[in-house]
Amino acid sequence: MAIIMYWEAIRRAHDEEMSRDPLVICMGEDIGVVGGTYKATQGLFDKYGPERVIDTPISENSYTGLGIGASFLGVRPIIEIMSVNFAWLATDQIVNAAAKVRYMSGGQLTAPVVIRSPGGTAHQLGAQHSARMEKVFMGIAGLRVVTPSSPKQAYGLLKSAVRCNDPVFINEHELMYNMKGEVPDGEFFHPLEGSEVTRPGKDITLFGYNISVHWCVQAAEQLAKDYGIDAEVVDLYALNPLDRAGIKKSVAKTHRAVVVEEAEAPVGVGSEVIAIINEECFFDLDAPPVRVSAANVPIPYNHHLEKAAIPNAKRVVEAVRKIFGK
Amino acid sequence: MNAADKKRLLRNMLFARRFEERCYEAYVERKIGGFLHLYPGQEACVHGVMAAARPGHDYVITGYRDHVHAILCGSDPKEVMAELYGKETGSSKGRGGSMHIFDGPKHFMGGYALVGGPFPLAVGMAKAIKMKGGDEISICFLGDAANNQGTFHESMNMASLWELPVLYVCENNLYGIGTRIDRSTAVVDQYKRVCGYNIPAVQTDGQDVEKVYEAAKVAVEHVRSGKGPYFLELMTYRYRGHSMSDSNAYRAKEEERMWSKRDPIIMLRDRLIEAKSITMKDYKKMDDEVLDQIESEIIKFAEESPEPKLEELEKYVLAENDPYVHGGTH
Repeated sequence: MAIIMYWEAIRRAHDEEMSRDPLVICMGEDIGVVGGTYKATQGLFDKYGPERVIDTPISENSYTGLGIGASFLGVRPIIEIMSVNFAWLATDQIVNAAAKVRYMSGGQLTAPVVIRSPGGTAHQLGAQHSARMEKVFMGIAGLRVVTPSSPKQAYGLLKSAVRCNDPVFINEHELMYNMKGEVPDGEFFHPLEGSEVTRPGKDITLFGYNISVHWCVQAAEQLAKDYGIDAEVVDLYALNPLDRAGIKKSVAKTHRAVVVEEAEAPVGVGSEVIAIINEECFFDLDAPPVRVSAANVPIPYNHHLEKAAIPNAKRVVEAVRKIFGK
Repeated sequence: MNAADKKRLLRNMLFARRFEERCYEAYVERKIGGFLHLYPGQEACVHGVMAAARPGHDYVITGYRDHVHAILCGSDPKEVMAELYGKETGSSKGRGGSMHIFDGPKHFMGGYALVGGPFPLAVGMAKAIKMKGGDEISICFLGDAANNQGTFHESMNMASLWELPVLYVCENNLYGIGTRIDRSTAVVDQYKRVCGYNIPAVQTDGQDVEKVYEAAKVAVEHVRSGKGPYFLELMTYRYRGHSMSDSNAYRAKEEERMWSKRDPIIMLRDRLIEAKSITMKDYKKMDDEVLDQIESEIIKFAEESPEPKLEELEKYVLAENDPYVHGGTH
């Protein structure tokens, strides 16, 4: 098992899938000659050529639509959108074409595309480069949404997404591309549904996804050390569909829940997970579930304001302490 | 085109006209719901182009005025009508409706309701054709108003840049819903807007099916021979409002009268009568046969077909039993 970086894991998945199937292509802004803003396609242009590693013009909606149209005929495009903030431009093709075509054609057409894009707040990139969109995409029927929290997931989720016959949106994170982690040497496919218990515990469940899993793990360690609270961390790597059974199982055991999301609270992962908790295991609860979310603001440029807008492990600890009255 | 071809074309155009008129009646009877966009007036466009293309082989995509385009690709008109009735036997199993007719096996890749949405999809299909090395072409039929969407320009740029086999057919009926083209569009002649993309672009009479056919032959040959995209603008007119919910009050009666004199079906019919290929009696007989076929086969099929099962409401949202959803090693 090698320790590699998140971007290397994504690159490896691309490379393996492209070398296996000549109909797998990748496309996006600066992904070819330049090798990708976050190096996720580094070296692939030289290896597979311009017909399969396509530097697109800056036309997010249309190059995404182009990939979707190609997928109708069996091509398997991996589309990179440089920042998820630019994916707003591509929502028509993602939502109205890719997600709906199977249904509105009565199962005749499918759009097996993968759309990868980093979302989240990095370092003072301002309001139009720091937002998240997973809350938007996870509410769309017909579109799978996954979000890797580790290099292993980044590799395995992309592998499965390429092979799966549904359109899959992969939410990455600009701060995570250089994160290191173990990835199995052999080929493997990560499930596109379900959740993972990252840290077992018995007193409270901390639900996280993508970067917030790491805040949850840090918080759980501090809670154990300083307050004797044994928190379970559940990684919701699949946001659509959400793992109802996994959410229920953990909360039925711990009786308390905090959902930690980098996005602002309204209409988000937290509200959805808490709705599921209410529906599935309300009578198991010993305390009202709460959210730890971003401030409901466009992300500010100023370093201090930016930090204040985004949750962290400390805020997770505070939310848990409040629940326990400690 | 020989006399037999022209006679077939006349019959097909007449069929398309009667089919759409019957849809109108069914809509008034509330057998058809939703939005319904009808094709009368524009028949020469799709018939002329598809006579020059290879129906069922070439990939076709269009907007919401799509019934006749599907039929011209080889879709069974019974299934198209059943789709309008929302029946399980419909082209899209009753899940799509008038604006979303699909026929995968006939390479009719759908009707789409977002104006301009199909442009990039068409270019993507052309990319797939090129990658797979086939001799199909991708044909995108859309109206003039779609050209005011960004997707028109963005997709045309990529189609030209990568020399993809896509034929753009612009059916310019002069109105975007109720707004006349010169009130929405700075350059009224649509072919002129294409010059920025280094794509050959031609404008022709969209009411004369023989002229459409001749222009389309050149266009199709260009695209199929690997020379990249081509843009064909067909000047046409729709007789009814944009959809059934459109009062059609925005057009001058004089303008409508002028266009009705250039009806594509009447023009071809009179030409064939003049050439003594058919008589008026033959035409009347043809019309009776068409009307009978629509009533006794097509409407009957749609009326008698079953509704989709309620327990299958969620079928077709995602792939069924996809093994990669559960991961593992494969």
